[in-house]
Amino acid sequence: MTGAPVVELVGVSKRFGGTAGAVDALSGIDLRIDRGDFVSLIGPSGCGKSTLLRIVGDLIAPTTGNVTVNGKPAARARLDRDYGMVFQVPVLFDWRTVQKNVELPLEIIGSPKSERAAKASAMLALVELSAFAGHRPWQLSGGMQQRVAIARALALDPAILLMDEPFGALDEMTRERMNIELLRIWQRTGTTVIFVTHSIPEAVFLSTRVAVMSARPGRITHLIDIDLPRERNVETRETERYFELVTEVREALRAGEAPVGDGGPASARVRAEGIAG
Amino acid sequence: MSVALPEPPRRTAAAWVGSGIRDWLPAAAVFAGFLAFWELLVVVFQIKQFILPGPLAIAAAWRAELPALWSATTYTVTEILAGLAIGVTAGILAGVLTARFVALRESLMPFAIAANSVPILAFAPIFNNWFGIANPLSKAMIAAVLCFFPVMINTVRGLISVQPAALELMRSYAAGEMEVFRRVRVPNALPFVFTALRLATTLATIGAVVGEYFGAPKVSLGQYVATSFGYLSVENAWAAIVFTAAIGITLYLLVVLLERLVMPWYTAQAQVT
Amino acid sequence: MATAAASVAPPAVESGRRSTRRRLRPAFGFLVIVAILVVAWEAAKWLAGDPWRYDSFLGTGIAIDHRPPFRIAQFNDINLPHVWDIAAIFFTADARGQTLLQVLLGAGLFTLRNAALGFAIGAVVGLGLAIVIVHIRLVERAIVPLLVVSQTIPIIAIAPLIVIGLRADWLGVAVVTSYLTFFPVTIAAIRGMRSYDPRAYELMTSYAAGRRTILWKLRLPASTAYLFTAFKVGATGSIVGAIVGELPSGITQGLARQILTAMQYYTLAPGKLWAAVVVASVLGIGAFLLVVLVERRVLRGARPDETGADA
Repeated sequence: MTGAPVVELVGVSKRFGGTAGAVDALSGIDLRIDRGDFVSLIGPSGCGKSTLLRIVGDLIAPTTGNVTVNGKPAARARLDRDYGMVFQVPVLFDWRTVQKNVELPLEIIGSPKSERAAKASAMLALVELSAFAGHRPWQLSGGMQQRVAIARALALDPAILLMDEPFGALDEMTRERMNIELLRIWQRTGTTVIFVTHSIPEAVFLSTRVAVMSARPGRITHLIDIDLPRERNVETRETERYFELVTEVREALRAGEAPVGDGGPASARVRAEGIAG
Repeated sequence: MSVALPEPPRRTAAAWVGSGIRDWLPAAAVFAGFLAFWELLVVVFQIKQFILPGPLAIAAAWRAELPALWSATTYTVTEILAGLAIGVTAGILAGVLTARFVALRESLMPFAIAANSVPILAFAPIFNNWFGIANPLSKAMIAAVLCFFPVMINTVRGLISVQPAALELMRSYAAGEMEVFRRVRVPNALPFVFTALRLATTLATIGAVVGEYFGAPKVSLGQYVATSFGYLSVENAWAAIVFTAAIGITLYLLVVLLERLVMPWYTAQAQVT
Repeated sequence: MATAAASVAPPAVESGRRSTRRRLRPAFGFLVIVAILVVAWEAAKWLAGDPWRYDSFLGTGIAIDHRPPFRIAQFNDINLPHVWDIAAIFFTADARGQTLLQVLLGAGLFTLRNAALGFAIGAVVGLGLAIVIVHIRLVERAIVPLLVVSQTIPIIAIAPLIVIGLRADWLGVAVVTSYLTFFPVTIAAIRGMRSYDPRAYELMTSYAAGRRTILWKLRLPASTAYLFTAFKVGATGSIVGAIVGELPSGITQGLARQILTAMQYYTLAPGKLWAAVVVASVLGIGAFLLVVLVERRVLRGARPDETGADA
């Protein structure tokens, strides 16, 4: 991968709370993500992966460090609407139809009516939900609602897609189907994706690289290249290489769980900086 | 892919009316039974008319006094509508301002909640002094003050009880305060406001009629009740009460209708979930 | 619907006792607003009321001789007495040597007792009816629509009729106030008793728990939050109902009579009406606060839940 990184984090840390009872959520995060990457953040509960995602999105300010998104400071990127975000819950507005929900960001930037409708329809077609454009959110299943959320996140053609455990609430089968859906969309649009997840199989299946984080204070302990072929499908989950990678991620997670600090020997922490794939 | 939930079946108008009647049948039967029991009680125990008139006597009085009752009703209804207009508008405005500024909210909300438990009706004589007993505005203001606090409290609640995730979503779109207000807070607040509106209709009716008990032109419903009592024509008083009840029910139904028009998604969702 | 996942919050801090400062903030806010109202009141009179003439203003020795630039009838000394005049009138004594404060407090207590009696009856009857309704479907279909309709009827307007019709004044007031409490309590109890988690119900059935056990251990606890909301409405309604019910009756010991008398002699002593109204307001707020305090004790430790119970 060459060229300017799409996302670059240097020395980022985050501390919550005042002087007494402060909590270090993240510590010394360095990460570089190139255009077209699909990077998963995986780690134990409370390791700060959601916090890290929100720092990239300028929804939380880092305590120290630099965040550059699309060549600009994160705050500028947010104001320029360079990214789309998908949350754990679909966050669709009950009072709008599916179509209108996808049009929301276009309305905010003041897009004229005809353009809005056309773009929203195109996005719904991308997630294969055109038939439900006139439905209301509660009439759709959980998986379909998340697809609408994805369509909405892509409505402004963002450079980056930030996803915070979007399939966490779905059952395993739906989740696997959604994974394939997401890959298809990713390949169609070429968006860079940062994906937070709890699930090792999901992280390996979806990503080009997996960033393994340690328990709090969160650090990126391993950056694992996923060298599975670009075209992935149901069979990919049964290949030997897939299992090897899953095991590699699992062991990296276990290693990261070892307590860090107290002046002990430096834990297995690799400064992951621009490791070319 | 995954299957969507089936659309709720659309009912034909006839089926809709039919199910409506079926829903109400037991209740209507009970009510009819209650009326019959009441009439029986009056007849069997020969209860004097001026203590408790039976339903038939009230119906007769209703027919006989219709013109007088009708003009009294129109007079009082104007007070109620004026009070609703003033109180609801002021309540919504105050609610919007209070929701916007946290400092205001922390001081105004407790005050509004406390003020809501004040027997506003006790202020009726004071309002009569300020605006004049003969002026319908005095009763309209009582009605307005009664409506104001519930509407304001509910408006604030509706505007601030938005899903945090929705606010994060809007922030990720770099949406300004006004945008968030327009697109998220207001639609979220509508159900709350309508709840308060339903309550407001009853409160406004109470405010106007009871306010009139404290003093008003003879042509008002409240004074009609009071004077009928004075002449021991209790059945006339009850007939007037029937009108008061009818006003309350009609206004409530109007709000329900308005709710269906403004928030069609809300009622539809309530039916499915 | 989808539960709102909390956005990433800082890790939970030890939630110990809420500091007294935070607790007292609503009261502080209330007093601030009252203070602002008092200032606005006197400011209005300064600008458009009757002339202010004091040799020694409130005993401070400052002399005031002020002519307001404007004239608005509503702000004169009859319609809007000075705040200190109202305060002072509480301590004027009547023919029997009692201060107005004592008289009003006595009347207030009388009204409060009647209201409380009615409230208690209404709460018990309301809860009982709700229990019956929840268990017998036919009763529900017959009664609940009537209850809903009756909520749209201004019951208070009927209060005088009931009080007079029943002859025994205190009984009439009791009936009226219990009526005003019982409707909200029944509706709230029905909602509350149906609001439990269906899985909890399954758990109870798996223990072969009978209907009565389910009532005591599941339905009633589930409905406490809703009940307290109804109690707040009922408390306020009882006070108003008691006052309105007393109005046309022959009752002399209650607040309504004080208000009516003060109305009659308003031009002679306008402060008295205001004093009576202040006492009525304190009564209303006091009843409400009482329910709030009881609620805090009873629901202590319960998970804070804003949904539904406050609607």
